[in-house]
Amino acid sequence: MFSWGRLFAVAGALLPIAAFAADAPHYGFGTTPTPAQIEGWAIAVRPDGQGLPPGSGSVHDGDDLFSALCSTCHGTFGEGAGRYPRIAGEGKLTGDRPEQTVASYWPYATTLFDYINRAMPFPTPHVLPPDQVYAITAYVLNLNGLVDDNFVADAKSLPQVKMPNVNGFIWKDPRPDTHDEACMSNCRAPADIKVVSTAEGKSLTPRTTGTLDTAMPQ
Amino acid sequence: MMVEQPHQGRDVSEAPPGRRTLFRAGLGATAAALAAGTARRARAEDQSPPDDPAWSQALGPGIGDRVYGTPSHFEADVIRRNVPWLTANAESSISFTPLQYQQGIITPSGVFFERYHAGRPTVDPAQHRLMIHGLVDRPLLLTMADIKRFPSENRIHFIECPANGGMEWRAAQLNSLQYTHGMIGCAEWTGVKLSTLLNEVGIKPKASWVLAEGADGAHMARSIPLEKCLDDVLVVYAQNGEALRPEQGYPLRLIVPGWQGNVNIKWIRRLELGDAPWFTREETSKYTELMADGKARGFTWPIYAKSVITFPCPEMPAKGPGIYEIRGLAWSGLGKVAAVDVSTDGGINWTRARLHNPVLSKALTRFTLEWRWDGKPALLQSRAIDETGFVQPTLAELRHVRGTNGVYNNNSIQTWQVKPDGSVFNVQLG
Repeated sequence: MFSWGRLFAVAGALLPIAAFAADAPHYGFGTTPTPAQIEGWAIAVRPDGQGLPPGSGSVHDGDDLFSALCSTCHGTFGEGAGRYPRIAGEGKLTGDRPEQTVASYWPYATTLFDYINRAMPFPTPHVLPPDQVYAITAYVLNLNGLVDDNFVADAKSLPQVKMPNVNGFIWKDPRPDTHDEACMSNCRAPADIKVVSTAEGKSLTPRTTGTLDTAMPQ
Repeated sequence: MMVEQPHQGRDVSEAPPGRRTLFRAGLGATAAALAAGTARRARAEDQSPPDDPAWSQALGPGIGDRVYGTPSHFEADVIRRNVPWLTANAESSISFTPLQYQQGIITPSGVFFERYHAGRPTVDPAQHRLMIHGLVDRPLLLTMADIKRFPSENRIHFIECPANGGMEWRAAQLNSLQYTHGMIGCAEWTGVKLSTLLNEVGIKPKASWVLAEGADGAHMARSIPLEKCLDDVLVVYAQNGEALRPEQGYPLRLIVPGWQGNVNIKWIRRLELGDAPWFTREETSKYTELMADGKARGFTWPIYAKSVITFPCPEMPAKGPGIYEIRGLAWSGLGKVAAVDVSTDGGINWTRARLHNPVLSKALTRFTLEWRWDGKPALLQSRAIDETGFVQPTLAELRHVRGTNGVYNNNSIQTWQVKPDGSVFNVQLG
């Protein structure tokens, strides 16, 4: 038989459980990482400087480090070697061959520190001490004409570097930006159907049978 | 007297010779002796009716010679392939799924495309940890054993690199389905809902973004809105019923259903909750789309509706007039595929194709359409429509809106030109 009293009793019994759930894990698997464990792995850096470690590095120190550790792929002046892209210098972002360098494209200088720290040098990533990462960051910014020769990169100075393309990004996805309709018949005039480009005869396609094709195109 | 030896012609055994082979050879010699003079033994070139093929007159290898199976050696063409001129090295590069051979919606784990930024790490699952920290009530460090104790989820989803088709913005370049569309795969994934783990650590009210980071040399890191993480993101340890392949992030990876491949962090080891995105290199310098006016789009995560005909295609030409089953795959990062239309005349007229079950949200969906080819030149196209009503656009429309410098998110309608001899070419229409 229905009873208001019983309903209140059930609700009352549930309340402490709900409060408990907010304060404690439900499953309780795993352990709590120590502050040292968190500090060792938490390497991400934000544009506001959150995550930048203590330390500093100058353009001058970065020059030698870049020559020794980076120039094989990126070129002495960031011009890029082999098929590695140019990373330094002004470049147009329009036209048939846009040049997306640190100066022309990257919106935040902090990203440079974050990336060099987490992913470089390419063969032995994440082995450089913070002072050296700061120095290489300072040098690359200098190669790009974004800081002068006396610049010293640290947790205070990096977030303040003015990046020319900081407002060049639209961070809210504007799609759907196409609005085609599912027309079913006589959708185009037959005379308009013209092949304007074909892959036939181009020597760009690697072999698709037999063993892996490692040859470069002619 | 001539004694015919067994196993002439094709070797039906893929096992190295050993005691078993000697045993079978002994049996074969006996059989050959019995059969001598009866002309019942097949010659190498006579393996079809009325002759009895060699593999039908021999004892095959027994169990235990292939303790982890591999495809038949006759299928040696079905491999991941790459475009050597595309990237500067093999460690930061991509290989392509052989879609021309894929017969269902599941991509076999061995040929699922690879994308590395610092090569493929060898991660010891006993040492691997997932750390969750930042704007949480209780930071957490989990072993693989811990993660596998949480309630499990199984889902089938595709992963597509947003650069799939990125070489085709300006012109038709690669004459191959594998190279124009192969940066995609679809698998059954097993793991834990990320929302389960986030509820376990307690989310602080200010948290709105999650940084996911890998244990590879690139320490690959992407910012993902908390809302998506609480919706349908998984932390998975299994692919197609077995442990993840090293190529796919063994022992642990993120699955962000329907979103660009790069955010599906492989070898995941860290999740940090914050109140703003980090703007990592992979979401600023890369994986952003340069528009014709020099402005760039960022955080364009979902894969919009897309489809491609997988037969006929450049690798799988037609062979003379007659009836063909046009086959293909369609997908959308926004939900289920609602319909696929096929044109054989370059988009003048379209016919609705048959969708094959299962039709799953954010998964590859198979379609077919019977086509009676008269042997005349044809222009084959497919067009996907997803459950949001979005219609896959033409390349001309995409170029009109975005220009040709965007690299990413080319979900345009593919055109295959069929010539009278049945050969198929990648073309673009005006």
